[in-house]
Amino acid sequence: MATVILPARFSDWTGGVEHVDVDARDVRQLIRALDERFPGLGEKLRDGVAIAIDGEIINDPLLEPVEPDSEVHFLPPISGG
Amino acid sequence: MTDSNGSDRKFKWVGTRPIRHDGVDKVTGRAHYGADFDLPGMLHAHVLRSPHAHARIRRIDASKALALEGVKAVITSDDIPELPLDEASGPTNFSDLSRNVLARDKVLYHGHAVAAVAATSTRIAQEALSLIEVDYEPLPHVLDIRAAMAPGAPILHDHMRTKGLKEAPDEPSNIASKMELTRGDVDQALAEADFVIEREFETATVHQGYIEPHACVAQTNEDGQTTVWASSQGHFMIRAYSARLLRLDISQIKVIPMEIGGGFGGKTTVYLEPLAIVLSRKTGRPVKAVMTREEVFRATGPAPATLINVKFGANRDGKIVAAKCELFYEAGAFPGSPVAAGAMCILAPFDLDHFTIEGYDVVLNKPKTAAYRAPGAPPAAFAAETVIDEIARELEIDPLDLRRNNAVSKGSQAAYGPKFSDIGLIETLDALRKHPHYEAPLGENQGRGCAVGFWFNAGMQSSAEVKLNEDGTAVVVEGCPDIGGSRASLAIMAAEELGIDVYKVRPVVADTEAVGINDNTGGSRVTFATGMAVIEASQDVVRQCCERAANIWDIDAKDVIWQDGCAVATGDGAKKLDEEGKLPSMPIAEIAAGAARTGGPITGKASLNARGAGPAFAVHLVDVEVDRETGKVDIVRYTTVQDAGRAIHPSYVEGQMQGGAAQGIGWALNEEYVYDADGVLANPGFLDYRMPVALDLPMIDTVVVEVPNPRHPYGVRGVGEVPIVPPIPAIANAIHDATGVRMRKLPMSPPNLLAELTRAGRA
Repeated sequence: MATVILPARFSDWTGGVEHVDVDARDVRQLIRALDERFPGLGEKLRDGVAIAIDGEIINDPLLEPVEPDSEVHFLPPISGG
Repeated sequence: MTDSNGSDRKFKWVGTRPIRHDGVDKVTGRAHYGADFDLPGMLHAHVLRSPHAHARIRRIDASKALALEGVKAVITSDDIPELPLDEASGPTNFSDLSRNVLARDKVLYHGHAVAAVAATSTRIAQEALSLIEVDYEPLPHVLDIRAAMAPGAPILHDHMRTKGLKEAPDEPSNIASKMELTRGDVDQALAEADFVIEREFETATVHQGYIEPHACVAQTNEDGQTTVWASSQGHFMIRAYSARLLRLDISQIKVIPMEIGGGFGGKTTVYLEPLAIVLSRKTGRPVKAVMTREEVFRATGPAPATLINVKFGANRDGKIVAAKCELFYEAGAFPGSPVAAGAMCILAPFDLDHFTIEGYDVVLNKPKTAAYRAPGAPPAAFAAETVIDEIARELEIDPLDLRRNNAVSKGSQAAYGPKFSDIGLIETLDALRKHPHYEAPLGENQGRGCAVGFWFNAGMQSSAEVKLNEDGTAVVVEGCPDIGGSRASLAIMAAEELGIDVYKVRPVVADTEAVGINDNTGGSRVTFATGMAVIEASQDVVRQCCERAANIWDIDAKDVIWQDGCAVATGDGAKKLDEEGKLPSMPIAEIAAGAARTGGPITGKASLNARGAGPAFAVHLVDVEVDRETGKVDIVRYTTVQDAGRAIHPSYVEGQMQGGAAQGIGWALNEEYVYDADGVLANPGFLDYRMPVALDLPMIDTVVVEVPNPRHPYGVRGVGEVPIVPPIPAIANAIHDATGVRMRKLPMSPPNLLAELTRAGRA
């Protein structure tokens, strides 16, 4: 199962949980699973958030594959100047 | 597309320095920039701006302006849709953007746009501005981060509640949000450290300083279709933002990109374009809007002033064990400073198990900040890298050795979360160690300093087409305004894949109707992401050419490879051609000439959301000479070392390194917005906002290190932003080396340095 690291800014929904294992094959499923576990979190993760899957940062993620041993981080979107 | 990063490939064009395809037009003055465009019947737009830093708008009366002969329209926020306060997409709040483009109910900074006029001449438009009567109710204003956060501060937005706190607050605040990154137990680690250094740093508001002011022309036809000619870092952004703000279909707006005279992040949003569009729709005539230099300073998006507190713990063996950082960034009138990026970058070069980083986004009565080259990172590096230098001195360790001993490498967990893949920090440190500058002798009153910088680099959306002309030459159609030589680099990549001369490839930056969606030119992404699209599109052309050749030869397509611009038959296919007495090779020109008979035009295309942007590290070394009588600092020698992954066109990589360094030097030594007590900017021009010019700087030496990015076919990493990150701390460290004085406030200008030298008894 993929390991998801949840940042402190989502603690209102996660109750402070920082690491959670999720069974998902892509980002959409992963967010859905997190929303089921932490109701309301899904909406926060669907817009205005970038994702790093195994070190690669992706803006506007949805269908990117997630492997069983992936490490997933949610980050503020960074676009640059 | 395979994940080979080109390490084992022998390139013909990548790494060479062809003359850029837009070069002749640029040096002869033929290139058309934003203000270089006129249409018959065109009107001129000018903007009325607030004389107050903070005020309620009670009433606007434009009747006298409208009565002036030659005035065709006056608009206010009543002429654009009011958007819900929470209308946002990603990091962009469109209600805030709308209210920044034209103030609604309140003005929030001196220079805030209040109304716009379209008239038959600039002179008449300016006279009309003076006839618009605005009844303001001045309000208390706040211009300082500490004051903005203090209890009882004038509140800019009554609806704003600080996001990111454990308990949602009831009261409005000027702190828009708080973010936090943590790892391990920082308090315990600091308590156990051999020594702790805690410092506070302050930086001033600075501007990107692009030479070309914002400019556009908008024309709306009777069928409601609008065309905009604009210089920007993203014409698709102009289209999307304008459509959103004005509640138009995106298909009703076409944006044609003009050449851009500098942006550096400051042109990644809209100011004039929505106004010009509304005025053109209202008048039925083309409308041109060009900012003055003063307007650019007063009313576009500078980089924020910051307050940063850092606390580092280290052991005598040279290991940095913990860090606590608090970053407070001014957002200006609306939320959205780059504090999150600053927080993510501040500890990025260090392999740390224990830290806490907090970032606060603070609004106050200054223009809304915008991106500036690695936004958020330079002030953060100023704080962290200055303290690292202090630690090196305390431990009597070579500063490069200290950084190397604590450097992140492949597999390290970045401070902002993910594990690093292949990165080049150690390689850049080692390259600098070997550079002759590192051991060169110093003269009297001279000092040397170094610092590391980091930037993520972006991927994002890019689209490209490669079209084969009838004679085998090619056109590359892409949609990213060229701010650093990207057209040349994209042509190189197409030439490499097609196997043709780079001068037989014509790169074109196309308008929003002629190419697929492209995200902004920014984030150091174009050579990486649009390059990926161009490579993919070129490979599509090659595949089609091979198929056409196979059909012509009547052999299996799997027996055709591409080599040096030719389809070449192999295996059974080659045997068949040999038996028939035919050459087993067909050049691209022959395939192109016969395209009509073999299936039609040959065009390759690609659209992608590029992932795998490789982060970049740089290390800078600077020698300064300090005049202890005046506090003036001269840059005596400057060396930049940076990991570019793969330098497609080395001249433009070097140009980015030198340009970023020059901007960082100006930021360090002289640049700042100076406000009076009423919130009026006192230095809105290049005379008093003093940026470095060619006479101020020595030749900046560049060393390009290549640790290929495994996620790009050629190994490319973005290069444009990281070079602005190290200069400020490198110079601060050099000043300390020369004088024994630590500067923790920017700019390190002559009066500021002289004051510190005097205080320390070293003047």
